[in-house]
Amino acid sequence: MVEFGGWDMPVEYSGISDEHVAVRTRAGLFDVSHMGEIEIAGNDALALVQWLTSNDASRLAVGQIQYSALTTPAGTFVDDVLVYRMADEHYMLVVNAGNIGKDHDWIRAQAAERGGDTAVVNASARYALIAAQGPQAETVLQSLTAIDLPGIKYYWFAHGEVAGVRATVSRTGYTGEDGFEIFTPPAQADRVWQALLEAGRTVDLKPCGLGARDTLRLEAAMRLCGSDMDEQTTVLEAGLGWIVGWKKQDFLGAARLREQKMNGVERRLAPFEMRDRAIARHGYNVIRDHEQVGVVTSGTQTPFLKKAIGFAMVPVSMAVVGEPLMIDVRGKLVAAEVVPEPFYKRPGRT
Amino acid sequence: MSSYPTDFKYTKDHEWVRMQDGEATVGITDFAQRQLGDIVFLELPAVGQQVKQGDVLGQIESVKAVSELFAPVSGEVTATNAALVTHPEGINTAPHDSWMVRIRASAPAEAGALLDAAAYASLVK
Repeated sequence: MVEFGGWDMPVEYSGISDEHVAVRTRAGLFDVSHMGEIEIAGNDALALVQWLTSNDASRLAVGQIQYSALTTPAGTFVDDVLVYRMADEHYMLVVNAGNIGKDHDWIRAQAAERGGDTAVVNASARYALIAAQGPQAETVLQSLTAIDLPGIKYYWFAHGEVAGVRATVSRTGYTGEDGFEIFTPPAQADRVWQALLEAGRTVDLKPCGLGARDTLRLEAAMRLCGSDMDEQTTVLEAGLGWIVGWKKQDFLGAARLREQKMNGVERRLAPFEMRDRAIARHGYNVIRDHEQVGVVTSGTQTPFLKKAIGFAMVPVSMAVVGEPLMIDVRGKLVAAEVVPEPFYKRPGRT
Repeated sequence: MSSYPTDFKYTKDHEWVRMQDGEATVGITDFAQRQLGDIVFLELPAVGQQVKQGDVLGQIESVKAVSELFAPVSGEVTATNAALVTHPEGINTAPHDSWMVRIRASAPAEAGALLDAAAYASLVK
Protein backbone atom coordinates (compact mmCIF):
# COMPACT_ATOMS: atom_id res chain seq x y z
CA MET A 1 0.00 0.00 0.00
CA VAL A 2 1.17 3.54 -0.70
CA GLU A 3 -0.12 6.94 0.29
CA PHE A 4 -1.69 8.64 -2.73
CA GLY A 5 -3.51 11.95 -2.49
CA GLY A 6 -4.33 11.23 1.13
CA TRP A 7 -5.51 7.68 0.46
CA ASP A 8 -3.91 4.34 1.23
CA MET A 9 -3.91 2.54 -2.09
CA PRO A 10 -2.52 -0.72 -3.42
CA VAL A 11 0.20 -0.38 -6.07
CA GLU A 12 -0.53 -3.90 -7.27
CA TYR A 13 -2.50 -7.03 -6.49
CA SER A 14 -1.24 -9.89 -8.69
CA GLY A 15 1.52 -7.79 -10.31
CA ILE A 16 1.54 -4.77 -12.61
CA SER A 17 2.17 -6.77 -15.79
CA ASP A 18 -0.45 -9.38 -14.99
CA GLU A 19 -3.05 -6.72 -14.23
CA HIS A 20 -2.10 -4.61 -17.24
CA VAL A 21 -2.42 -7.54 -19.65
CA ALA A 22 -5.72 -8.57 -18.04
CA VAL A 23 -7.19 -5.14 -18.89
CA ARG A 24 -5.87 -5.25 -22.46
CA THR A 25 -7.13 -8.76 -23.15
CA ARG A 26 -10.02 -9.47 -20.72
CA ALA A 27 -11.02 -7.21 -17.84
CA GLY A 28 -9.67 -5.48 -14.77
CA LEU A 29 -11.27 -3.76 -11.79
CA PHE A 30 -9.96 -0.57 -10.17
CA ASP A 31 -11.05 1.12 -6.97
CA VAL A 32 -10.65 4.77 -7.91
CA SER A 33 -12.78 6.19 -5.12
CA HIS A 34 -9.95 8.63 -4.39
CA MET A 35 -11.05 10.68 -7.42
CA GLY A 36 -12.98 13.81 -6.45
CA GLU A 37 -16.41 14.98 -7.54
CA ILE A 38 -17.33 18.66 -7.52
CA GLU A 39 -20.87 19.56 -8.48
CA ILE A 40 -21.95 22.89 -9.91
CA ALA A 41 -25.66 23.65 -10.14
CA GLY A 42 -27.95 26.66 -10.50
CA ASN A 43 -29.30 28.88 -13.24
CA ASP A 44 -25.82 30.06 -14.20
CA ALA A 45 -24.08 26.67 -13.92
CA LEU A 46 -23.27 26.40 -17.62
CA ALA A 47 -21.89 29.93 -17.72
CA LEU A 48 -19.61 29.16 -14.76
CA VAL A 49 -18.41 25.85 -16.23
CA GLN A 50 -17.73 27.61 -19.53
CA TRP A 51 -15.67 30.25 -17.74
CA LEU A 52 -13.69 27.73 -15.65
CA THR A 53 -12.87 25.10 -18.25
CA SER A 54 -11.18 25.09 -21.64
CA ASN A 55 -13.50 22.79 -23.54
CA ASP A 56 -16.92 23.88 -24.83
CA ALA A 57 -19.41 22.54 -22.27
CA SER A 58 -22.33 23.96 -24.24
CA ARG A 59 -21.87 21.08 -26.65
CA LEU A 60 -22.77 18.55 -23.96
CA ALA A 61 -26.21 16.98 -23.93
CA VAL A 62 -27.59 15.81 -20.59
CA GLY A 63 -25.96 12.41 -20.04
CA GLN A 64 -22.80 13.32 -21.92
CA ILE A 65 -19.22 13.81 -20.74
CA GLN A 66 -16.16 15.67 -21.98
CA TYR A 67 -12.49 15.78 -21.08
CA SER A 68 -11.43 19.32 -20.21
CA ALA A 69 -8.97 21.50 -18.34
CA LEU A 70 -9.67 23.62 -15.32
CA THR A 71 -7.51 26.55 -16.38
CA THR A 72 -5.64 29.38 -14.73
CA PRO A 73 -5.72 32.89 -16.29
CA ALA A 74 -2.41 31.89 -17.92
CA GLY A 75 -4.05 29.00 -19.75
CA THR A 76 -2.25 26.45 -17.56
CA PHE A 77 -3.67 23.59 -15.54
CA VAL A 78 -5.32 23.92 -12.18
CA ASP A 79 -6.33 20.34 -12.97
CA ASP A 80 -7.60 18.15 -15.78
CA VAL A 81 -11.19 17.07 -15.33
CA LEU A 82 -14.10 15.16 -16.79
CA VAL A 83 -17.22 17.29 -17.07
CA TYR A 84 -20.49 15.37 -16.69
CA ARG A 85 -23.69 17.13 -17.65
CA MET A 86 -26.10 15.72 -15.06
CA ALA A 87 -29.10 17.99 -15.90
CA ASP A 88 -29.79 21.22 -17.76
CA GLU A 89 -27.98 23.43 -15.27
CA HIS A 90 -26.19 20.80 -13.20
CA TYR A 91 -22.62 19.66 -13.92
CA MET A 92 -20.27 17.31 -12.12
CA LEU A 93 -16.51 17.68 -12.44
CA VAL A 94 -14.47 14.55 -11.74
CA VAL A 95 -11.09 15.78 -10.50
CA ASN A 96 -7.77 14.33 -9.36
CA ALA A 97 -7.55 13.15 -5.75
CA GLY A 98 -4.62 15.35 -4.80
CA ASN A 99 -6.35 18.44 -6.16
CA ILE A 100 -9.82 18.18 -4.61
CA GLY A 101 -9.26 20.90 -2.03
CA LYS A 102 -7.41 23.19 -4.40
CA ASP A 103 -9.98 22.76 -7.19
CA HIS A 104 -12.91 23.31 -4.86
CA ASP A 105 -11.36 26.49 -3.43
CA TRP A 106 -10.53 27.72 -6.94
CA ILE A 107 -14.02 27.09 -8.29
CA ARG A 108 -15.70 28.68 -5.28
CA ALA A 109 -13.48 31.76 -5.53
CA GLN A 110 -14.25 32.13 -9.24
CA ALA A 111 -17.97 31.60 -8.62
CA ALA A 112 -17.96 34.28 -5.90
CA GLU A 113 -16.08 36.75 -8.09
CA ARG A 114 -18.41 36.29 -11.02
CA GLY A 115 -21.62 36.33 -8.99
CA GLY A 116 -24.50 34.57 -10.67
CA ASP A 117 -26.81 31.87 -9.45
CA THR A 118 -24.65 28.82 -8.77
CA ALA A 119 -23.97 26.41 -5.93
CA VAL A 120 -20.59 24.68 -5.81
CA VAL A 121 -20.44 21.52 -3.72
CA ASN A 122 -17.51 19.24 -3.00
CA ALA A 123 -19.42 15.96 -3.27
CA SER A 124 -16.33 13.74 -3.16
CA ALA A 125 -17.36 12.01 0.06
CA ARG A 126 -20.70 11.07 -1.47
CA TYR A 127 -19.24 8.88 -4.20
CA ALA A 128 -17.15 5.77 -4.37
CA LEU A 129 -15.85 5.08 -7.86
CA ILE A 130 -15.10 1.69 -9.36
CA ALA A 131 -13.69 1.28 -12.86
CA ALA A 132 -14.32 -1.93 -14.81
CA GLN A 133 -12.04 -1.82 -17.84
CA GLY A 134 -11.22 -4.12 -20.72
CA PRO A 135 -12.87 -5.80 -23.71
CA GLN A 136 -14.91 -8.06 -21.41
CA ALA A 137 -15.91 -5.31 -18.96
CA GLU A 138 -19.29 -4.78 -20.61
CA THR A 139 -20.20 -8.47 -20.38
CA VAL A 140 -19.21 -8.64 -16.72
CA LEU A 141 -21.01 -5.44 -15.74
CA GLN A 142 -24.12 -6.27 -17.79
CA SER A 143 -24.66 -9.40 -15.71
CA LEU A 144 -25.20 -7.14 -12.68
CA THR A 145 -27.35 -4.34 -14.08
CA ALA A 146 -30.53 -3.65 -16.00
CA ILE A 147 -28.95 -0.56 -17.56
CA ASP A 148 -28.64 -1.11 -21.30
CA LEU A 149 -24.85 -0.89 -21.51
CA PRO A 150 -24.52 -1.21 -25.31
CA GLY A 151 -26.81 1.85 -25.38
CA ILE A 152 -24.23 3.95 -23.53
CA LYS A 153 -21.89 5.48 -26.07
CA TYR A 154 -18.26 6.42 -25.39
CA TYR A 155 -18.24 9.39 -22.98
CA TRP A 156 -21.93 9.10 -22.07
CA PHE A 157 -23.50 7.90 -18.84
CA ALA A 158 -26.73 6.51 -17.39
CA HIS A 159 -28.30 6.03 -13.97
CA GLY A 160 -29.59 2.77 -12.54
CA GLU A 161 -28.57 -0.01 -10.22
CA VAL A 162 -25.51 -2.25 -10.18
CA ALA A 163 -25.73 -5.35 -7.95
CA GLY A 164 -28.82 -3.79 -6.38
CA VAL A 165 -26.97 -0.58 -5.51
CA ARG A 166 -27.92 2.84 -6.87
CA ALA A 167 -25.25 3.81 -9.40
CA THR A 168 -24.27 6.16 -12.19
CA VAL A 169 -22.44 4.31 -14.93
CA SER A 170 -20.30 6.07 -17.54
CA ARG A 171 -18.48 4.63 -20.52
CA THR A 172 -15.15 6.20 -19.59
CA GLY A 173 -11.81 5.14 -18.20
CA TYR A 174 -8.11 5.82 -17.90
CA THR A 175 -6.76 2.75 -19.64
CA GLY A 176 -7.26 3.23 -23.39
CA GLU A 177 -9.58 0.23 -23.29
CA ASP A 178 -13.34 -0.01 -23.50
CA GLY A 179 -14.91 0.06 -20.06
CA PHE A 180 -17.05 1.74 -17.47
CA GLU A 181 -16.75 3.86 -14.37
CA ILE A 182 -19.36 3.24 -11.69
CA PHE A 183 -20.26 5.88 -9.12
CA THR A 184 -21.95 4.43 -6.03
CA PRO A 185 -22.66 5.51 -2.45
CA PRO A 186 -19.52 4.65 -0.44
CA ALA A 187 -21.45 2.53 2.07
CA GLN A 188 -22.43 0.07 -0.68
CA ALA A 189 -19.25 0.23 -2.74
CA ASP A 190 -17.84 -2.94 -1.25
CA ARG A 191 -20.93 -4.85 -2.35
CA VAL A 192 -20.51 -3.61 -5.92
CA TRP A 193 -16.77 -4.40 -5.89
CA GLN A 194 -17.33 -7.94 -4.59
CA ALA A 195 -20.16 -8.56 -7.06
CA LEU A 196 -17.96 -7.45 -9.96
CA LEU A 197 -15.06 -9.62 -8.79
CA GLU A 198 -17.44 -12.59 -8.56
CA ALA A 199 -19.10 -11.91 -11.93
CA GLY A 200 -15.66 -11.41 -13.46
CA ARG A 201 -14.47 -14.88 -12.59
CA THR A 202 -15.68 -16.34 -15.88
CA VAL A 203 -13.37 -14.00 -17.82
CA ASP A 204 -10.53 -14.08 -15.27
CA LEU A 205 -11.01 -10.42 -14.35
CA LYS A 206 -8.20 -9.08 -12.17
CA PRO A 207 -8.31 -6.46 -9.44
CA CYS A 208 -5.82 -3.75 -10.46
CA GLY A 209 -3.77 -1.25 -8.49
CA LEU A 210 -2.23 2.16 -9.09
CA GLY A 211 0.77 0.63 -10.88
CA ALA A 212 -1.24 -0.84 -13.74
CA ARG A 213 -3.44 2.26 -13.84
CA ASP A 214 -0.30 4.28 -14.59
CA THR A 215 1.19 1.91 -17.20
CA LEU A 216 -2.19 1.54 -18.94
CA ARG A 217 -2.89 5.26 -19.13
CA LEU A 218 0.60 5.98 -20.39
CA GLU A 219 0.40 3.31 -23.09
CA ALA A 220 -2.81 5.02 -24.22
CA ALA A 221 -0.95 8.38 -24.13
CA MET A 222 -3.38 9.78 -21.56
CA ARG A 223 -1.77 12.55 -19.50
CA LEU A 224 -1.32 12.49 -15.75
CA CYS A 225 -1.94 15.94 -14.32
CA GLY A 226 0.73 16.84 -11.78
CA SER A 227 3.25 14.71 -13.65
CA ASP A 228 2.92 15.49 -17.37
CA MET A 229 1.51 18.97 -16.83
CA ASP A 230 0.81 21.37 -13.99
CA GLU A 231 0.19 25.04 -13.25
CA GLN A 232 3.26 25.91 -15.36
CA THR A 233 2.03 24.05 -18.46
CA THR A 234 -0.52 25.46 -20.86
CA VAL A 235 -3.16 23.28 -22.43
CA LEU A 236 -1.42 23.63 -25.81
CA GLU A 237 2.01 22.82 -24.42
CA ALA A 238 0.49 19.60 -23.07
CA GLY A 239 -0.55 18.76 -26.64
CA LEU A 240 -4.22 19.04 -25.77
CA GLY A 241 -5.44 21.63 -28.25
CA TRP A 242 -8.42 19.36 -28.92
CA ILE A 243 -9.88 20.18 -25.49
CA VAL A 244 -9.96 23.90 -26.19
CA GLY A 245 -13.31 25.27 -27.31
CA TRP A 246 -11.92 27.87 -29.72
CA LYS A 247 -15.40 29.11 -30.62
CA LYS A 248 -16.28 29.87 -27.01
CA GLN A 249 -16.54 33.55 -26.16
CA ASP A 250 -14.29 33.92 -23.18
CA PHE A 251 -12.86 31.67 -20.51
CA LEU A 252 -9.97 31.63 -18.07
CA GLY A 253 -6.73 31.56 -20.00
CA ALA A 254 -8.38 32.09 -23.39
CA ALA A 255 -6.18 35.04 -24.34
CA ARG A 256 -2.96 33.16 -23.66
CA LEU A 257 -4.13 30.04 -25.46
CA ARG A 258 -5.28 32.05 -28.49
CA GLU A 259 -1.95 33.83 -28.57
CA GLN A 260 -0.11 30.50 -28.43
CA LYS A 261 -2.33 29.07 -31.13
CA MET A 262 -1.52 32.02 -33.36
CA ASN A 263 2.22 32.26 -32.70
CA GLY A 264 2.99 28.70 -31.73
CA VAL A 265 4.26 27.26 -28.46
CA GLU A 266 7.91 27.21 -27.44
CA ARG A 267 7.80 23.77 -25.86
CA ARG A 268 5.53 20.80 -26.14
CA LEU A 269 4.94 17.40 -24.59
CA ALA A 270 6.42 14.77 -26.92
CA PRO A 271 5.66 11.05 -26.79
CA PHE A 272 8.84 8.99 -27.09
CA GLU A 273 10.00 5.43 -27.33
CA MET A 274 13.37 4.28 -26.04
CA ARG A 275 15.85 3.05 -28.63
CA ASP A 276 18.38 1.85 -26.05
CA ARG A 277 17.48 -0.68 -23.36
CA ALA A 278 16.48 1.58 -20.47
CA ILE A 279 13.51 3.25 -18.86
CA ALA A 280 13.49 7.04 -18.77
CA ARG A 281 11.50 8.03 -15.72
CA HIS A 282 9.79 11.19 -14.47
CA GLY A 283 12.34 13.94 -13.81
CA TYR A 284 15.16 12.60 -16.00
CA ASN A 285 16.74 15.25 -18.23
CA VAL A 286 16.68 15.46 -22.01
CA ILE A 287 20.13 16.50 -23.20
CA ARG A 288 21.27 18.20 -26.41
CA ASP A 289 24.84 19.34 -26.98
CA HIS A 290 25.69 18.74 -23.31
CA GLU A 291 22.85 20.97 -22.19
CA GLN A 292 19.57 20.15 -20.56
CA VAL A 293 16.83 21.11 -23.02
CA GLY A 294 13.88 19.18 -21.64
CA VAL A 295 12.62 16.79 -19.01
CA VAL A 296 10.86 13.44 -18.93
CA THR A 297 7.40 13.81 -17.38
CA SER A 298 6.34 10.14 -17.47
CA GLY A 299 8.12 6.94 -18.42
CA THR A 300 7.74 3.25 -17.98
CA GLN A 301 8.21 -0.14 -19.54
CA THR A 302 4.79 -1.09 -20.88
CA PRO A 303 3.76 -4.64 -20.12
CA PHE A 304 1.58 -5.06 -23.22
CA LEU A 305 3.64 -3.43 -25.98
CA LYS A 306 6.80 -4.47 -24.15
CA LYS A 307 8.51 -1.20 -24.98
CA ALA A 308 9.93 1.56 -22.84
CA ILE A 309 7.90 4.69 -23.56
CA GLY A 310 7.17 8.05 -22.07
CA PHE A 311 6.44 11.75 -22.42
CA ALA A 312 9.03 14.50 -22.36
CA MET A 313 8.57 18.26 -22.33
CA VAL A 314 10.94 19.51 -25.02
CA PRO A 315 11.49 22.55 -27.27
CA VAL A 316 8.83 22.48 -29.98
CA SER A 317 11.52 22.03 -32.65
CA MET A 318 12.26 18.63 -31.10
CA ALA A 319 8.65 17.57 -30.65
CA VAL A 320 8.42 16.06 -34.12
CA VAL A 321 7.99 12.40 -34.98
CA GLY A 322 11.34 10.79 -35.74
CA GLU A 323 13.38 13.29 -33.73
CA PRO A 324 16.14 11.54 -31.76
CA LEU A 325 16.29 12.38 -28.05
CA MET A 326 19.17 11.73 -25.68
CA ILE A 327 18.08 11.18 -22.11
CA ASP A 328 20.27 11.16 -19.01
CA VAL A 329 19.35 7.91 -17.26
CA ARG A 330 21.21 7.98 -13.95
CA GLY A 331 24.36 9.42 -15.45
CA LYS A 332 24.29 7.55 -18.74
CA LEU A 333 23.05 9.08 -22.00
CA VAL A 334 20.58 6.77 -23.72
CA ALA A 335 18.76 7.14 -27.03
CA ALA A 336 15.04 7.64 -27.53
CA GLU A 337 12.94 8.83 -30.44
CA VAL A 338 9.80 10.92 -30.71
CA VAL A 339 6.91 8.77 -31.96
CA PRO A 340 3.26 9.37 -32.84
CA GLU A 341 0.63 9.05 -30.11
CA PRO A 342 -1.10 7.05 -28.80
CA PHE A 343 1.45 4.31 -28.22
CA TYR A 344 -1.45 1.85 -28.01
CA LYS A 345 -4.82 2.06 -29.70
CA ARG A 346 -7.36 -0.60 -28.99
CA PRO A 347 -8.50 -2.69 -31.93
CA GLY A 348 -11.87 -1.99 -33.53
CA ARG A 349 -12.63 1.11 -31.52
CA THR A 350 -15.83 2.74 -32.70
CA MET B 1 5.36 -18.18 2.32
CA SER B 2 8.88 -18.09 0.97
CA SER B 3 11.56 -20.53 1.93
CA TYR B 4 15.17 -19.39 2.03
CA PRO B 5 17.80 -22.04 1.20
CA THR B 6 19.82 -22.89 4.28
CA ASP B 7 23.08 -23.28 2.33
CA PHE B 8 22.91 -19.58 1.30
CA LYS B 9 23.99 -16.51 3.22
CA TYR B 10 22.00 -13.27 3.04
CA THR B 11 22.55 -9.53 3.27
CA LYS B 12 20.28 -6.93 4.85
CA ASP B 13 20.03 -5.45 1.32
CA HIS B 14 18.33 -8.68 0.17
CA GLU B 15 21.09 -10.35 -1.80
CA TRP B 16 21.68 -14.07 -1.40
CA VAL B 17 25.18 -15.55 -1.58
CA ARG B 18 26.30 -19.11 -2.17
CA MET B 19 29.96 -19.70 -1.28
CA GLN B 20 31.80 -22.47 -3.08
CA ASP B 21 35.59 -22.88 -3.11
CA GLY B 22 36.13 -19.23 -2.26
CA GLU B 23 33.78 -18.00 -4.98
CA ALA B 24 30.55 -16.18 -4.15
CA THR B 25 27.53 -16.63 -6.41
CA VAL B 26 25.11 -13.72 -5.93
CA GLY B 27 21.44 -13.09 -6.62
CA ILE B 28 18.50 -11.32 -4.99
CA THR B 29 16.03 -12.91 -2.62
CA ASP B 30 12.42 -13.83 -3.12
CA PHE B 31 11.48 -11.03 -0.75
CA ALA B 32 13.41 -8.55 -2.94
CA GLN B 33 11.78 -9.67 -6.19
CA ARG B 34 8.33 -9.44 -4.63
CA GLN B 35 9.04 -5.90 -3.46
CA LEU B 36 10.28 -4.91 -6.92
CA GLY B 37 7.51 -6.55 -8.92
CA ASP B 38 7.92 -7.27 -12.63
CA ILE B 39 11.63 -6.96 -13.41
CA VAL B 40 12.38 -5.68 -16.92
CA PHE B 41 16.07 -4.67 -16.96
CA LEU B 42 19.21 -5.96 -15.34
CA GLU B 43 22.57 -4.22 -15.51
CA LEU B 44 25.64 -6.11 -14.29
CA PRO B 45 29.33 -5.19 -13.83
CA ALA B 46 32.17 -6.09 -16.20
CA VAL B 47 34.01 -9.31 -15.59
CA GLY B 48 37.39 -8.57 -14.03
CA GLN B 49 36.13 -5.59 -12.04
CA GLN B 50 37.42 -5.34 -8.47
CA VAL B 51 34.69 -4.64 -5.94
CA LYS B 52 34.55 -3.94 -2.25
CA GLN B 53 31.80 -5.22 0.03
CA GLY B 54 28.86 -2.80 -0.24
CA ASP B 55 29.85 -1.41 -3.67
CA VAL B 56 27.13 -1.04 -6.27
CA LEU B 57 27.41 -4.08 -8.56
CA GLY B 58 24.56 -3.29 -10.87
CA GLN B 59 20.98 -2.17 -11.23
CA ILE B 60 17.74 -4.07 -11.20
CA GLU B 61 14.84 -2.25 -12.76
CA SER B 62 11.20 -3.22 -12.49
CA VAL B 63 8.16 -1.55 -14.02
CA LYS B 64 7.73 0.49 -10.87
CA ALA B 65 11.26 1.16 -9.59
CA VAL B 66 15.03 0.94 -9.96
CA SER B 67 17.09 -0.65 -7.22
CA GLU B 68 20.77 -1.38 -6.82
CA LEU B 69 22.59 -4.65 -6.46
CA PHE B 70 25.31 -4.45 -3.82
CA ALA B 71 28.45 -6.57 -3.54
CA PRO B 72 27.95 -8.84 -0.55
CA VAL B 73 31.67 -9.61 -0.45
CA SER B 74 34.88 -8.00 -1.73
CA GLY B 75 36.82 -9.49 -4.60
CA GLU B 76 37.02 -9.79 -8.37
CA VAL B 77 34.00 -10.29 -10.61
CA THR B 78 34.64 -13.58 -12.41
CA ALA B 79 31.35 -14.09 -14.27
CA THR B 80 27.98 -12.51 -14.95
CA ASN B 81 24.78 -14.20 -16.08
CA ALA B 82 24.22 -12.91 -19.62
CA ALA B 83 21.16 -15.12 -20.13
CA LEU B 84 19.49 -13.43 -17.17
CA VAL B 85 20.24 -9.98 -18.62
CA THR B 86 18.34 -11.06 -21.75
CA HIS B 87 15.45 -12.53 -19.74
CA PRO B 88 15.41 -10.70 -16.40
CA GLU B 89 11.81 -11.81 -15.75
CA GLY B 90 13.37 -15.10 -14.63
CA ILE B 91 14.28 -13.33 -11.38
CA ASN B 92 10.57 -13.06 -10.58
CA THR B 93 9.80 -16.70 -11.26
CA ALA B 94 12.88 -18.30 -9.65
CA PRO B 95 14.84 -15.74 -7.62
CA HIS B 96 17.01 -18.24 -5.77
CA ASP B 97 17.99 -19.98 -9.03
CA SER B 98 18.70 -16.72 -10.85
CA TRP B 99 22.32 -15.96 -10.15
CA MET B 100 23.61 -12.60 -11.38
CA VAL B 101 27.30 -12.29 -10.52
CA ARG B 102 30.18 -14.48 -9.33
CA ILE B 103 32.92 -12.93 -7.21
CA ARG B 104 36.28 -14.48 -6.30
CA ALA B 105 36.23 -13.48 -2.62
CA SER B 106 39.34 -11.69 -1.38
CA ALA B 107 38.20 -11.72 2.25
CA PRO B 108 36.22 -14.92 2.80
CA ALA B 109 35.51 -13.96 6.42
CA GLU B 110 33.06 -11.34 5.07
CA ALA B 111 30.77 -14.08 3.84
CA GLY B 112 30.86 -15.84 7.20
CA ALA B 113 29.53 -12.71 8.87
CA LEU B 114 26.42 -12.50 6.65
CA LEU B 115 22.95 -13.57 7.82
CA ASP B 116 21.94 -17.19 7.78
CA ALA B 117 18.57 -18.29 6.40
CA ALA B 118 16.77 -18.16 9.74
CA ALA B 119 18.07 -14.68 10.56
CA TYR B 120 17.15 -13.40 7.10
CA ALA B 121 13.70 -14.95 7.22
CA SER B 122 12.99 -13.19 10.50
CA LEU B 123 14.35 -9.91 9.07
CA VAL B 124 11.80 -9.91 6.25
CA LYS B 125 8.94 -11.43 8.20
